[in-house]
Amino acid sequence: MRNAYLDELYDLARKDEDIIALVADNGAIVYDKYRRDFPSRFINCGISEANMISLAAGLASCGKIPFAYTIGCFLTMRAFEQIRNDLCLQRMNVKIVGIGAGFVYSSLGPTHHATEDITLIRSLPNMTIFSPVDPLETKKATIASAQIDGPVYLRLATGGTPKIYKEDYEFKVGCGVTLRDGTDIAIIATGGIVYEVLKAVDELERLGISARLINIHTIKPIDKEIILKAAHDTGAILTVEEHTIIGGLGSAVAEVLLDNKSSVKFKRLGLNNVFASGYGSYEEMKEINGLSKMDIVEVVKKMIKN
Amino acid sequence: MKTLDLHKKAKELRRTIFRTICKGGGGHTPSSLSIVEILTVLYYNILNISPENQRDSARDRFILSKGHSCVALYAILADRGFFNKEDLDTFGRKGSILGGHPDMYKVPGIEASTGALGHGFPFGAGIALAGKMDKKNYRVFVLLGDGECQEGSVWEAALFAPQHKLDNLTAIIDYNKLQAIDWLDNVISLKPLADKWKAFGWETREVDGHDMTELNNVFKSVPFVSGKPNLIIAHTIKGKGISFMENVPIWHYRMPNEEEMAIAYKELGLEGS
Ligand SMILES: Cc1ncc(C[n+]2csc(CCOP(=O)(O)OP(=O)(O)O)c2C)c(N)n1
Ligand SMILES: [Mg+2]
Repeated sequence: MRNAYLDELYDLARKDEDIIALVADNGAIVYDKYRRDFPSRFINCGISEANMISLAAGLASCGKIPFAYTIGCFLTMRAFEQIRNDLCLQRMNVKIVGIGAGFVYSSLGPTHHATEDITLIRSLPNMTIFSPVDPLETKKATIASAQIDGPVYLRLATGGTPKIYKEDYEFKVGCGVTLRDGTDIAIIATGGIVYEVLKAVDELERLGISARLINIHTIKPIDKEIILKAAHDTGAILTVEEHTIIGGLGSAVAEVLLDNKSSVKFKRLGLNNVFASGYGSYEEMKEINGLSKMDIVEVVKKMIKN
Repeated sequence: MKTLDLHKKAKELRRTIFRTICKGGGGHTPSSLSIVEILTVLYYNILNISPENQRDSARDRFILSKGHSCVALYAILADRGFFNKEDLDTFGRKGSILGGHPDMYKVPGIEASTGALGHGFPFGAGIALAGKMDKKNYRVFVLLGDGECQEGSVWEAALFAPQHKLDNLTAIIDYNKLQAIDWLDNVISLKPLADKWKAFGWETREVDGHDMTELNNVFKSVPFVSGKPNLIIAHTIKGKGISFMENVPIWHYRMPNEEEMAIAYKELGLEGS
């Protein structure tokens, strides 16, 4: 996922001289090619995320197109007010790119997890949020970010995310994607955890439960139609996010449903008023935090029964 | 502890750090190796902290603001008996109390859950301020990274402490001249570092951060001047003790392969582990 972003950033920078890569002391090897070919358009701002964002706003006010990249929690939380006032309020054409979405930085602990960023950034006017699931979707979301004239938050996991889409996949800003069709329940998810949900949907199929899986790659603006249609078609909606359920994807979906007087059966799965706990591998972290394939299956089974 | 014994301790700690990180499968090795002597002198000769008094409100406080170097601190806390040495073997694994950044609710002896840079230092200033308010005599030592000093919050606390005459606060900068991906001088230089702190109102000293006699002397003499916070610039080598890691940025968060591991083991005197 990270490499797909960097490859695309490289291509974009080759075509558009206004594109500037900003980092806050990250990207040792992964930016090498970019640095080699566009040395004057690579700025390591140092370990100063807040400064990086306001700097980016200043650059953007002069016509530059900064792509400011660092670990997602530091990016969105340390620099939150800078994002709010300098990027969103002043509508600056800055792309902020957060790496390490959710708890992929498992053993590094909660200080390095981005598990409240959607809540925060989703609250800001004028912001677009992309949360891609695989390398191809990341590439397309990066291209779309460059085409939008205004602030964009690109929320990425890390390297090594499995492929989900085929080459002919068409990415449409603001449109959810039905990855699996189904009639008993619709599961709505975003980001790296979608892969885990896919496995759960396969397992559910074996158990005779037909689950629809919708990937929300654009969290803001969210695809209302696909959500309302899923509620209408299946009568039950489960949201799954590697993130707090307070204000995250699940809340965004709930807002759509309630605003439209839906009385669908509804549940949010994610971090419930806690920080991600435990250490270990990413796979183990999913188990510890109730977001493994089997956890999802169990929740669906319960929802269907009731 | 005598200097000779301190040297032995430091050597032992380097081995423990490397072994722990290798077993755990990942960690900030060079960042931990650069602070070994600083921690050794503090924990064996200076700080009034022990497993027995860790809940005593009069204890000294140590805060590792550069939390990514926590394995060095884990190694020394285990040696001082704050928790079992066997716990080190679980570092970063499921069920462990020891993660890649220290958690004050999991690890005995950890005073603040650091990891995001730029928090521990102002947090420490808060503890120092509370000490003044409560008329307690404890001292607060905070260890910062030099790269960490690029965070604005560091300089906000640097302004705050002299204003409130926090002479019970000692900030130590691990001046290894490297940050995560490059030399500070190639990114955002701190120079002239001592002058900056002096200008902010800190009584400032510079030492060789691997010379335990110098460290001992400088720590023993705080507060340097009554009514002023203390700043110690410790010149260090990132990766100290493993030759191929010393002063090589790429090792910031990288694991050695088998061949490199063998070399490191040999250099640390850990043959056969
Ligand atoms: C707020 C914040 N931004 C970025 C990081 C990622 N990070 C961890 S260590 C590090 C470099 C730190 O350099 P320095 O303070 O010099 O410590 P050293 O590794 O040299 O010991 C960075 C950028 C972080 N932990 N916190
Ligand atoms: Mg450093």
